[in-house]
Amino acid sequence: MDTTELIRIGVYGTSILLILIGLYAVLTKRSLIKIIIGLSIIDGGIHLLLIGIGYIKDGTAPIFSPGSENAVARMVDPVPQALVLTAIVIGFGVTAVALSLVIRLYRHHNTLKIDEIKNLKW
Amino acid sequence: MKKAIVIFLLAVFGFFLAVTFLDPDFEAERNHNGVKNFYLDKTVSQLKTANTVTAIVVNFRGFDTLGEVTVLFLAATALGSILFKKRHHIGDRTVLMPASSIVSAGSKLIFPAIILLGAYVFIHGHLTPGGGFQGGTIIATGFLLMLIAYRDFSISHNVLSVIESFAGIGFVTFGLLGFMNGGTFLQNFMGTGVLNDLISGGVIPVIYILVGFKVAAELTGLIYTILHEKG
Repeated sequence: MDTTELIRIGVYGTSILLILIGLYAVLTKRSLIKIIIGLSIIDGGIHLLLIGIGYIKDGTAPIFSPGSENAVARMVDPVPQALVLTAIVIGFGVTAVALSLVIRLYRHHNTLKIDEIKNLKW
Repeated sequence: MKKAIVIFLLAVFGFFLAVTFLDPDFEAERNHNGVKNFYLDKTVSQLKTANTVTAIVVNFRGFDTLGEVTVLFLAATALGSILFKKRHHIGDRTVLMPASSIVSAGSKLIFPAIILLGAYVFIHGHLTPGGGFQGGTIIATGFLLMLIAYRDFSISHNVLSVIESFAGIGFVTFGLLGFMNGGTFLQNFMGTGVLNDLISGGVIPVIYILVGFKVAAELTGLIYTILHEKG
């Protein structure tokens, strides 16, 4: 098994697995904190998937540090990395606002279980 | 029963994800077409910036980054307004256990090193992996450590908002200076210097240092607001 194969199975398989684990947590768990953890896991999986798409065979980081100025042909795509940098920050903001809403809900209902918060049902 | 349905749906979804992504063909022609070569070429020839990702984030898509910083600011503001309470009990936090003496002594020792590492990461953002967002996050983890170790460690919210506002205003000011000197908003109007020098890349390190200050202040404010929350 060569490196490309390892990256294919490792990175892509792991990112798909992370997305599925996160979706499972969001769909089945009862605790609000666990749902937010699931959302964060989905975030991580999507970031890994985006980074993995930019990879090329025998790629190096897109940084022209001394000694690798001439490695332009081997450099991986920098655009997904810049996009993921944005996505991480947005994901952080979403998590922070969601956690503050959970704190607010806990203050009102004294519970984190979504079954016991009757106001959420219609 | 419900779990079985969820697992079945996820298996279907995972199958289609795997079919789509598990055979990416890293040697395909699409990996060498597209905007990648334009960015890599222009980063070296025009901007003299070593880190291409930084050049994209701050220069080519600088306006995007301004929006991103605004989103972070909005998240901090929303958190503050959602958790707003009339009476603030500052000083007696109930969510935290008192830290042991090992934690408090060790964190006092390690705190300046964390701040230094964060400053290094955002000052060298155009040369090595890293940048304003990463460095600011590292500095905020230093403050998180101090807040956990010392229950009476307090940060002035006014100082944080002053740092945050001045960094944000500085970002927009540099954008407007580019407007006056070069022609477009956030144009790189300063001399770009030599590749791999500390002072190179024109306006890129300046903007990333401002972003670093802004992110550090915002994240520290977020952590401080949540830690001072009484249930």
